[in-house]
Amino acid sequence: MATAISAIRVEGVTKRYGAVTALEAVSLEVERGEFLTLLGPSGSGKTTLLRVIAGLERPDEGRVYLGGADVTDLPPYRRRVHTVFQQYVLFPHLNVYKNIAFGLEQKRLPRREIERRVAAALELVRLSGYERRWPHELSGGEQQRVALARALVLEPEALLLDEPLAALDLQLRKEMQRELKRLQREVGISFLMVTHDQEEALALSDRIAVIAEGRLQQIGTPREVYENPETAFVATFLGAANVFEAEVMARENGDALLALCGRTVRVSLNGRRLEGSRAQVAVRPEKIALRARPLRKTDLVQLEGVIEERLYLGDATHWRVRVGDQSVLVTAPNRPGSRAEAFRDGQRVFLCWARESIVVLSQ
Amino acid sequence: MRASRGHEANRWIGLAPSLLWLGVVLLLPLGFIIAVSFAERGLHGGVQWRFGLENYRRALDPLYFPVYARSFLMAAVTTALCLLIGYPVAYAIALRVNPRWKQALLVLSILPFWTSFLLRTYAWMFLLRAEGFVNTMLLTLGVIERPISWLLYSDFAVVVGQVYGELPFAILPLYVALERVDVRVIEAAMDLGANRRQVFWRVVVPLTRPGIITALVLVFIPSLGAFITPDLLGGAKSAMLGTVIQNQFVQRNPPMGSALSVLLILAVLALLVMAWRAAGVKARQ
Repeated sequence: MATAISAIRVEGVTKRYGAVTALEAVSLEVERGEFLTLLGPSGSGKTTLLRVIAGLERPDEGRVYLGGADVTDLPPYRRRVHTVFQQYVLFPHLNVYKNIAFGLEQKRLPRREIERRVAAALELVRLSGYERRWPHELSGGEQQRVALARALVLEPEALLLDEPLAALDLQLRKEMQRELKRLQREVGISFLMVTHDQEEALALSDRIAVIAEGRLQQIGTPREVYENPETAFVATFLGAANVFEAEVMARENGDALLALCGRTVRVSLNGRRLEGSRAQVAVRPEKIALRARPLRKTDLVQLEGVIEERLYLGDATHWRVRVGDQSVLVTAPNRPGSRAEAFRDGQRVFLCWARESIVVLSQ
Repeated sequence: MRASRGHEANRWIGLAPSLLWLGVVLLLPLGFIIAVSFAERGLHGGVQWRFGLENYRRALDPLYFPVYARSFLMAAVTTALCLLIGYPVAYAIALRVNPRWKQALLVLSILPFWTSFLLRTYAWMFLLRAEGFVNTMLLTLGVIERPISWLLYSDFAVVVGQVYGELPFAILPLYVALERVDVRVIEAAMDLGANRRQVFWRVVVPLTRPGIITALVLVFIPSLGAFITPDLLGGAKSAMLGTVIQNQFVQRNPPMGSALSVLLILAVLALLVMAWRAAGVKARQ
């Protein structure tokens, strides 16, 4: 493939700790200027992958390339990627200026040059005037910005961010999300961010790589991964999803005829292979509509159920609807005139959704 | 008002035992030594309570300067060696070895304290003397043809004995300081382009500065006034402050010995203030 050289390329990386496999044959590419998020539950190996790329862990198998060059055997201080750590880990014995200048001083740059670049970095993270402050005098958000400046000032091939917003409270986290996105656009450097927060991943990323149990599950744009999850894990970890068991009746031209909750539905396989007679499909809860009466003569999938539970969440309402032996989640925004109030616990309702909303999952 | 005064009185009563101890063990003898240092030597070794500055004039006689210089130099060499050996040892125990072994290694490093320092110094005499263990080994192995004469009763022997005796006082504070260094800070430094040497000098050493200064003080001060090692392991010519002071008392000149002691205490105090200042600058962190 004669494409442009990617900022980070990971090939078949495996990392074991004794009997525990933290990463299993993970391959991944981060394009130049791309914001890629590694999304996974805790213990999924996402931080380990970041540490392997930074050089803080040696992979047992596989190679790591930065800007096309194999750096697998290089120590962290010879790699042109820098990390923003989860707890920021500023140098407690150095003030803000010295923290940011740290990497530049290792390179023995002239003092003028260092001063100029530190000032520019401080301006970039909007902390001009903080040069003489000490890390312990700064708030979490300010420490975060210093950590960003300290890494960005070195103009790395890529910036690695390990749950950079996890330690901040909600309000600040939202603010820093926008800030991160702005920074990334401004400097044009590839960002590889680890997070377990799906909303953060969706909001910030050009692409999301979902990782679980040390394996890469799916990689794609937020829209691709959300709208077309490949596995039940991805469907339920990124957003909520109703997963149904279905029986495969027939296959033709990339479509399949499925028996789903007693109905026969034709769905597109979207290029996914379907083996055997059983299949799993996912439907996002916001794509399901609730009706008091059934529609006649419709293309929509329509199921009958009984409302088990209603949760009013301010901006939206969530219902749990019992359909056969399955509990289905339905969500709808609370708009003026919406019929959220109309459905009561125990009420008989009809669920309907478009065929296109059905995603066939790989086993 | 009365209640608060009663409270005040209670506080003093609570402090009484320690104040008494401090007074009896520290202040009283110190006052006595200061008083004696201004007195005159009696004919038969007693103290004549006629006060003057004669002892101090003699103590500041250039005749004694080489002794002071030697003591200072030996203490400096001892301190430097203790840091040089103690730092890597403490570093290894704090950051390198399996946490399971930490306790055991720390206990090992202070194990020598279980026997008296005098006995251990005698043990060094047996090791270092002409027909001692070291010379016998080297002769047997054919490394040398004649026993090395400067192993014992030399400055070399004094430094060996001093370093041996003071090393735990360097290792312990260094260990405490190194133990507190956050491994993630070291990783962050490496991530930002610092190699192992730069990480050590620009992160680990500055972060352990309080420990280094404590080690310096704890080793240098006793070394400056040491007398067991120079007395037992040192050569005939190698007079040091500790041995000179001891000699004054043995030769029945307590006033002179006291004056030298007071000067030593003043020198140590000055050094402590300097160390305190050096450590205090960054103490906020």
